Amino acid sequence: MDAILLQILNGLDKGGAYALIALGLTLIFGTLGVVNFAHGALFMLGAFCAVTVNKLITASAKVRDESVTFFEAYKDVPYLEMWLGDTGTLIIDWSVPISLLVAVPVMLGIGLAMERGLIRHFYKRPHADQILVTFGLAIVLQEIIKAMYGANPIPQSAPDLFTGTVNLGALLGMDLAYPAWRLVYFIFSMGIIVAVFSFLQFTTFGMVVRAGMADRETVQLLGINITKRFSTVFGIAAVVSGLAGLMYTPILPPDYHMGMDFLVLSFVVVVVGGMGSLPGAVAAGFLLGILQSLASMTEVKSIFPGIDQIIIYLIAMIVLLVRPRGLMGRKGVMED
Amino acid sequence: MAKSTITPRSDLTLFLAFTAVVLAMPIWLQPFGAAYPDLMQKFAIFGLFAIGFNILFGQTGYLSFGHAAFIGVGSYATVWIFKLMTMNVIPAIIFGTLVAGIFSLVIGFICLRRTGIYFSILTLALAQMSYNLAYSVLTPITNGETGLQLTTADPRVLDGAAEAGAGIPPTNVFGIEMGAWDGLFGFYFCAFFLIVGFYISIRITRSSFGSMLRGIKTNQTRMMYTGLNTRPYKLAAFVISGMYAGLAGCLMAAVDPLAGAERMQWTASGEVVLMTILGGIGTLVGPVVGAAVIKYAENIFSAIDKSVLVDLFSFLPDTLGTFIASVVSLFVGKGWHLTLGLLFMLVVIFLPGGIMEGIERIKRRFFDKTQKDGAE
Repeated sequence: MDAILLQILNGLDKGGAYALIALGLTLIFGTLGVVNFAHGALFMLGAFCAVTVNKLITASAKVRDESVTFFEAYKDVPYLEMWLGDTGTLIIDWSVPISLLVAVPVMLGIGLAMERGLIRHFYKRPHADQILVTFGLAIVLQEIIKAMYGANPIPQSAPDLFTGTVNLGALLGMDLAYPAWRLVYFIFSMGIIVAVFSFLQFTTFGMVVRAGMADRETVQLLGINITKRFSTVFGIAAVVSGLAGLMYTPILPPDYHMGMDFLVLSFVVVVVGGMGSLPGAVAAGFLLGILQSLASMTEVKSIFPGIDQIIIYLIAMIVLLVRPRGLMGRKGVMED
Repeated sequence: MAKSTITPRSDLTLFLAFTAVVLAMPIWLQPFGAAYPDLMQKFAIFGLFAIGFNILFGQTGYLSFGHAAFIGVGSYATVWIFKLMTMNVIPAIIFGTLVAGIFSLVIGFICLRRTGIYFSILTLALAQMSYNLAYSVLTPITNGETGLQLTTADPRVLDGAAEAGAGIPPTNVFGIEMGAWDGLFGFYFCAFFLIVGFYISIRITRSSFGSMLRGIKTNQTRMMYTGLNTRPYKLAAFVISGMYAGLAGCLMAAVDPLAGAERMQWTASGEVVLMTILGGIGTLVGPVVGAAVIKYAENIFSAIDKSVLVDLFSFLPDTLGTFIASVVSLFVGKGWHLTLGLLFMLVVIFLPGGIMEGIERIKRRFFDKTQKDGAE
């Protein structure tokens, strides 16, 4: 029982990442009607925001190491530590959360530039063209990152405060040691999801966007510039998946193809949840994340060998064959 | 190609011209530095793959993102025949293509229940699943990460006992080794299948079956309203294109007898989509042209490294030359995929019909010009 609970918890952080990417995909699809294969690249770009910030604040100078007296030894001391002392160390320790501040405007900019520069010209083209051009864009973005940062994963560390484990089981009288950063990630992703939903639900802007999703033409006839709002939505979706990638860096060292790996799975998540349904995307994200980590238990694997590799695809197939519109899909979406 | 100008005769001309061009490859590719067997075999194999993909995507309008799985299945089946039965490639190719056909029948049966993006994602999911399985659980069949290879200990029952101490026998066609005629035999062997595949694709395109497929692409709902059951047609198209891919996989294994799971990865599926788009979706020759262009460019670009570039720009002042060389080096060598991605985007944005549309446009411009001149 403990083991199952632990696996469910383990699935939550991965599920959170899936849910956030799927949320962004669904937002873009629901508003602009564009199938964005470059969304995984946005996830990766977010992760590399963290890498860049970390590189910048740990820019170091070579300084004589006083603790070694036998010979002249040098060590790298970051400028921040030299200038700010302990505060500098603290800033470096918190580099991942700090880079969130940088990532929001950067991702928003990238998202808007992408929409204005490329996606906008593809609204009227067939879905196949949209898939192909964003697929090309994804290749380009990932190759640029590869040229800049190399092909190897670059590990990032969570702040010291969160590197240990939390004993969640204490409340329930069980022994459940759970990595603290994963818990942070789960809470973070829930926070983002709640924020996006309340933005759409409780603000005037969100109301207009929802109206536009339901009936674009009528909203335009009312004299509202829906295109402009939709490109903002694209920016928001870019930020959401960028932040998802950024916060994921301490769990999975980012490399240039992480975006594609997550994208394939996120598409499956979107399809399982139901194309165009935001709650569906979130629910399916967590569901598949949990199922995936349950399937990687040794007990399960001994019955169905290799099930952990294919569980997500298997579920997707079954769902699509039994409920063709996905778990919460609406009628008439992508059915032309 | 305007519909009205198509006659059986023009098709025959097209076919004969295609055959002549393919067979003469070792001669006319010489000036391009591409006339060596390895590369020409790739042209033929990927051309075949792209023709098959075009039957599904170009004619029927179903964008599959999992076609590489059939290549993988074809390769594995072929290598198993090499291991167990004989090094003669003919039975291996027949078996491999059939296995790929059965596999695509199963996959098609599942995936074709959905259309549009759902179909793309289902095929992607199934192909990724096969890839993951080939890496993990199916290791006894696929030999996991190492890939399936031949060994001297393989039984090869039909070939009879090998002499003791003999190495792994080469693949052959009734005694003629693949590497015969300075490697050209391997190329002509693949070229034969390319030409046959091309002929079949012409026949399919011109048949009533072909127009049925195009009808599905244009307006499936209307097809169904007229009382037609479109599923058998779609499934047939899917299986045919799966068998083309399987055959391409068999040929890959025939010229180089090993099979690895990386052939099934979705990036490989993406590559064939790219070839078809670049060449021209729905055209007969386009996919082959696209495949050849991409394989040729890959071969040329990925061979260039930084020192070559520095030499190339050495006529410029030192700093400028190094600077240009380092900028260009982003796009060649290991960065060749960047060029590929950019090229792909440019084609989709500006020339959705691919190279064939480009040629057509140029032709039309010339044609219109002469007409105007005549009028004046």
